[in-house]
Amino acid sequence: MAQQVAYRAPSDFYAVEDLLTDVQRSARDTVRRFVDREVLPHIGRWWLEGHFPTELVPKLGELGVLGANLPEEYGCAGLDNIAYGLLMQELERGDSGIRSFASVQGALVMYPIYAYGSEDQRRHYLPKLARGELVGCFGLTEPTAGSDPAAMNTRARKTARGWVLSGTKMWITNGSIAHLAIVWARDEAGTVRGFIVPTDTPGFSAHDIHTKVSMRASVTSELVLDEVEIPDDLALPGAVGLGKALGCLTQARYGIAWGAVGAAVACFEEALSYARDRVAFGRPIAATQIVQERLVDMLTKITTSQLVAYRLGQLKDAGRMHYAQVSLAKRHNVRAALEVAREARQVLGAYGITTEYHAMRHAANLESVDTYEGTYDIHTLILGREITGHEAFGRA
Amino acid sequence: MDVVVCVKQVPDTEQPIRVRADGSGIDEQGLNWILNYYDEHAVEEALRVRERHGGTVTVVCVGPPRATEALRTALAMGADEAVHVWDPALEGADHLGVSRVLAEVVRRMPHDLVLCGRLATDDNASVVGAALAEYLGLAQATAIAKLEIGDGVATVEREVEGGVEVLRVPLPAVFTVERTINEPRYPTLPGIMKAKRKEIRTLSLQDLGLDPAQVGAAAARVRYARFDPPPRREAGRVVTPESPEEGARLIAQFLQDTAKVL
Repeated sequence: MAQQVAYRAPSDFYAVEDLLTDVQRSARDTVRRFVDREVLPHIGRWWLEGHFPTELVPKLGELGVLGANLPEEYGCAGLDNIAYGLLMQELERGDSGIRSFASVQGALVMYPIYAYGSEDQRRHYLPKLARGELVGCFGLTEPTAGSDPAAMNTRARKTARGWVLSGTKMWITNGSIAHLAIVWARDEAGTVRGFIVPTDTPGFSAHDIHTKVSMRASVTSELVLDEVEIPDDLALPGAVGLGKALGCLTQARYGIAWGAVGAAVACFEEALSYARDRVAFGRPIAATQIVQERLVDMLTKITTSQLVAYRLGQLKDAGRMHYAQVSLAKRHNVRAALEVAREARQVLGAYGITTEYHAMRHAANLESVDTYEGTYDIHTLILGREITGHEAFGRA
Repeated sequence: MDVVVCVKQVPDTEQPIRVRADGSGIDEQGLNWILNYYDEHAVEEALRVRERHGGTVTVVCVGPPRATEALRTALAMGADEAVHVWDPALEGADHLGVSRVLAEVVRRMPHDLVLCGRLATDDNASVVGAALAEYLGLAQATAIAKLEIGDGVATVEREVEGGVEVLRVPLPAVFTVERTINEPRYPTLPGIMKAKRKEIRTLSLQDLGLDPAQVGAAAARVRYARFDPPPRREAGRVVTPESPEEGARLIAQFLQDTAKVL
């Protein structure tokens, strides 16, 4: 028999590890250890109790995870995008809710302040957000404007002193625990603009959604803005046009494409280990053809996702990443992870439905991930438009 | 307080370790190398001493070029400087040889306190710290579980059978630390980035004025004869008791009659 494939972990079949730099590996390992110690022992209980562990926020800040790919001069770690992706992978190996917290804080709050904010705004907010002293949320989606954000109803009215915002935002991760919200609204001329809204401003309120059977270790809220008045210097000067809001989503989707790999790996590794140990009909279930096929399908999906994410990271670091490439990665990797989680749940049999194992929790979470940040179907249409030149989701 | 921490890079034992077919050592292909866990605690303790009393933390490692990675981990945790020693003549050096090299490095830098891990998880030898103290002519205590720095003196605690031994040791001194002494911090991501930019000096035996014949393989009084993989564990015996009481009785019987540990 030929020599076995020399991989370090069962989920690294193509030795992607060898492609990583020392910094990328160290960054991944430090967060991996954090997740092993601080997340995995408790996540099942948190998830069942619908609890987001706010006590982890300062720890994530101290570790440097929040906005880790933004420059050091703003108090961030200044990591490359592959290292950043690996962090998201490790966080989501713990739970999609924990990764979502970091994605929102880094890609949807810190990134727009970095990319569209004034120098004063950057210096004031980014170091505090990086340390986790401030928590942010991102308000784009509305109760009746999700896949079609251009249909937003939130309005921004210019006054002598600043802006008055009114409207409702829905499905907002971190909503009720946030100190500030990046809110997108249409001005009187119809232009979409981005604003930093302190959540203690009169007229602002956040209401949690408690009926979720997915993403339970994460805060999801509705934001109500009732004549919320903010000064001029809280408008993001560069955040003019819906494209700027979508630019934030591109950043977040990039992290999600990596995060999904982590969830899939967690499910595959537990299914593989269970299949080797669990005996049925007098032999380990890993010795049955159906279970082997399931495991091989899972590994194939994981390997494909890893390579897609890695290459996307190279393109991002080279400044050549296109949003349609991000769509392909997000669409593929999240759906692949969801399928892996479901397969893993089946391999685990009845045990798989409990929180003693991770597959069911990941599968339930990934239903949200498959939908948020551009649904699977919307990414299909973005890619369809990209390769055919025909837009199949134009306004009726 | 200027603290020097001596560290070792060891294989990550979370992965399976394979012995080479000819028994000459372990198969290093595909291994992850990490900072020895006990040394991580020594680095942590040094950082805490610096936080309380000021000063510097310098980490020192004798090992092949890859060992600089272990030093980078310590730098990422917050150490100020790192010194790497390697020389082809050190391939096959024994613990005393390595201790003599470390002693020469430490002697050349300010050191109020020298910390080591109690043992390295690769060979579990627990020799280097003690030998280092001997070569430096300093007081020492091994496997300490608590360290308090006073005026020119350290108070340390050692966990001994049935109690705690409290020692007062004049400084400078060499201590090896137990894992219970602290909970090491995670290397932070900004720390990792800063560590990447720090220069790590690599010293040769000649730089240290040491003779390969005294510290290298030629001087080794201990040589590895052969490595054998641990014996394969046999499959366990499964019993299916009728009741919890029956289960407890079967386990007790096994411990008494078969395992003979009760």
